Amino acid sequence: MAKYLGKRIFYIILTLFIVSTITFFLMKLMPGTPLTNQAKLTPTQIHQIYKQYGLDKPVWQQYLVYLGGIIHGNFGTSFQFSNQPVSYLITSRLGPSLIIGGQGMVLGVLAGLIVGAVGAIRANTWVDTSATIISILFISIPSFVLAVLLQYYLGLKLRLFPIADWGGFMYTVLPTLALAASPLAETARFMRTEMVDVLSSDYIELAKAKGLNKVGIIYHHALRNSLIPVVTIIGPLAVNIMTGSMVVENIFSIPGIGEQFVKSILTNDYPTIMGLTIVYSAMLCVVLLITDIVYGLIDPRIRINK
Amino acid sequence: MENDKDVLEVRNLKINFNTYAGTVKAIRDVSFDLRKGETLAIVGESGSGKTVTTRSIMGLNSPNAVIDSGTIMFKGQDLLKKSRKQMDKIRGRDIAEIFQDPMTSLDPTMKIGKQIAEPLIIHKGMKREKAYAQALEMMKLVGIENAEQRINNYPHQFSGGMRQRIVIAIALVNYPEILIADEPTTALDVTIQAQILDLMKELQAKTNTSIIFITHDLGVVAGMADRVAVMYAGKIVEYGTVDEIFYNPKHPYTWGLLNSMPTMDTSGTELPSIPGTPPDLLEPPVGDAFAARNKYALKIDTEKQPPFFKVSDTHYAATWLLDPRAPKVTPPEPIIERQKHYAKLVHQEIDKSKGKHVEEQEEQL
Repeated sequence: MAKYLGKRIFYIILTLFIVSTITFFLMKLMPGTPLTNQAKLTPTQIHQIYKQYGLDKPVWQQYLVYLGGIIHGNFGTSFQFSNQPVSYLITSRLGPSLIIGGQGMVLGVLAGLIVGAVGAIRANTWVDTSATIISILFISIPSFVLAVLLQYYLGLKLRLFPIADWGGFMYTVLPTLALAASPLAETARFMRTEMVDVLSSDYIELAKAKGLNKVGIIYHHALRNSLIPVVTIIGPLAVNIMTGSMVVENIFSIPGIGEQFVKSILTNDYPTIMGLTIVYSAMLCVVLLITDIVYGLIDPRIRINK
Repeated sequence: MENDKDVLEVRNLKINFNTYAGTVKAIRDVSFDLRKGETLAIVGESGSGKTVTTRSIMGLNSPNAVIDSGTIMFKGQDLLKKSRKQMDKIRGRDIAEIFQDPMTSLDPTMKIGKQIAEPLIIHKGMKREKAYAQALEMMKLVGIENAEQRINNYPHQFSGGMRQRIVIAIALVNYPEILIADEPTTALDVTIQAQILDLMKELQAKTNTSIIFITHDLGVVAGMADRVAVMYAGKIVEYGTVDEIFYNPKHPYTWGLLNSMPTMDTSGTELPSIPGTPPDLLEPPVGDAFAARNKYALKIDTEKQPPFFKVSDTHYAATWLLDPRAPKVTPPEPIIERQKHYAKLVHQEIDKSKGKHVEEQEEQL
């Protein structure tokens, strides 16, 4: 297991290196400059500023300088956020994002599993149809639309939760719900299909022949086997949540990295873009690693030896 | 036919399936008995209703199956009248089943020890340790080596033959009165087939379980069964002891089946087959369902279903050819050969040829 983990972590570092390389050069192709008041500056002033930030060098040199910094744990300083180091910017804002992202993921996947399983157990009844309708609705409605609807009805009309801002659990409820919708729908759809499949398999037939009742069959045999393929979609779902959170954080004015990411791209804040890209990639890699480990826990056929 | 030793009595069973195309009359008046400790083989081609019959004994027919009439008496009670909960208590305790494909009939994510122990825990309320101890014993009984270690293995760590042994262990762990084996060797290699059949016979001798053995493989029947029931288009067309069916068959369909089975003498010639296909059971024929494929068919075959004619106390066949008024027909040459055999066979010789049939079948496969 330790050997496997070591290998995986090496691959994660390799992945992050490739991702940051590609992002760096793509980023430089973006139109615009980091300067917000370019029109008012003289060419000498612009050159002066570029020189100060090392932007006057060829792109490949800038890249090497950036890489050198990363190796020493220096992610540079932000152009826009009052010259704060990028590492500080990210760590101070990672918390809220992780909280709503994590809550959204857990809520979405768990609720999705339940909706999907119930739909499969009561396949082709009104229960199943309702479950399918829920899935289709939640897949079709973009998270930002749902976010606004939640703000209006639960926040403004019913006054159950704060509409926006950050400061305690109550503030996380609406963004979490907005983020959970899509993973819920995806998981439910997947779980239903898998479970219908599993419930018609030979080993379920054998379980019936053993005299297990319906609850026993589902609990002891069907659930675990249905989960195996569902685990595969957790990676893509995490991506879903991350991209969703960029918009949702903006709508709810949550001081998270998603909001910051959007701002940094709009202002060509190169070091922040790079830092956040690496953080997002790293989070996805970790989710995928966890997925693979969970995979092995559920399915003995692909358990990692040693 | 009824006597004290019957463990199961199926009477006038009729089962329909409601489908979009209409009502499929899958089982059309089937009756048979199963005696204590015997093996009854139900033989027939795909769609003849073998599996539906046994599924209804287990109470595991699909929801669109409708029991039109009939009774399945087990221990003085009609299984068809039992609720699902009551059937849950009988399945796996009194009546167990072995399925066709051992590669898919075990739960891939559960250790086999637990899978074998499960029926004990469900039906006898055994504690885990005790159930596992018994499961271990069962594993040894079905011939799994290193059972102590292997009890913690998962199904994918076993070969097909070993998995079928595990399935048998699961079925027999509660020492059921009846074991339904639905083509238990079809998915196995020929050499493994013979081992599994031997194992089943050996265990039957130890436990005195009655076996309903479903197969389309007559070669297997010869070595396994005490009695044989031949099914065609949802009906039993002929039944008798294994010798009677093999050496003195009376129904033209049984002739066809036996003729299409290769023997030691079959070489160089084309293997005969039964022409045509079974009838559509959405609208079963009025008369004998086999008439359309039967070159010995009489006029009455298309008008009226034949009743069972008695051949001997144990041997009955539903064909108008046995009616006293029917013209005498000569069965196909190989069947006459078989009947000649039958006339002079003494019991030991029968046993020998039983063995021969199994070998022939293996060679063929």
